[in-house]
Amino acid sequence: MSIRTPLARVEGLGAAHRGTEHFTRQRATAIALVPLSIWFTCSALSLIGAERTDAAAFLAEPVNAVLMALFVITAMIHMAAGLQVVIEDYVHNEAGKVVLLLLNKSFAWLVGAAAIYALLKIALLRT
Amino acid sequence: MAEQAKKGRERPLSPHLQIYRWPVTMATSITHRATGVALAAGTLLVAWWLIATASGDDAYSTFSLVARSPLGLVILFGFVWSLAFHLLNGIRHLVWDAGYGFEIKTADRSGILVIALSVIVAAGIFAYVLLSNGAAS
Repeated sequence: MSIRTPLARVEGLGAAHRGTEHFTRQRATAIALVPLSIWFTCSALSLIGAERTDAAAFLAEPVNAVLMALFVITAMIHMAAGLQVVIEDYVHNEAGKVVLLLLNKSFAWLVGAAAIYALLKIALLRT
Repeated sequence: MAEQAKKGRERPLSPHLQIYRWPVTMATSITHRATGVALAAGTLLVAWWLIATASGDDAYSTFSLVARSPLGLVILFGFVWSLAFHLLNGIRHLVWDAGYGFEIKTADRSGILVIALSVIVAAGIFAYVLLSNGAAS
């Protein structure tokens, strides 16, 4: 017989109260990134040697703008989850670990926000 | 006894990274992590490209100039190969997550397949990049 309470057992969240959230997020974004990163690579290859206006016109297309936004957001979530595990594995100093985990999330938010801002500017203002 | 343990008595260590001959699975495992970290740095290039496109012709030509420079091409090749490896090996991981391919022989073979395919894909893409880059300039 388990000494865990019935509530703890049905919640199934374990000692950290986070359950399999991180694991699932990492896999779900990985699956989404298979087609998205292939699309991104093909798009980038099609724009080799292009003028800025060609690249902007490509990214202003609704389908391309949406796919690029999805690629960036999904990649940022996948990246933050992956780098978090790397930090947790190798940094054993508690203070250093907390600082790096905060920097990790900040990096993903900053890069993601800057990329989405640029995309919105291209797609909505047709720069 | 307890005091001796506190002082940090020399204990035998089991053989580690520098001792073992690296099996394929070990090499692909650490390479997956390394390429993941490299791709994280590579997101800066993607963001730079998008920001340059949004900013104006000067910013875009600066990006183009750097991307076409010898160092830029080396970095781009590293990015393309890292993406190819991480994508292919990521699919290998997803297959494992589904419960398949754990036999040692199978895992070794899929590892070698991933390494070979990643090199072929990256080389193919780069041949295309260099050809169209030459045609454009």
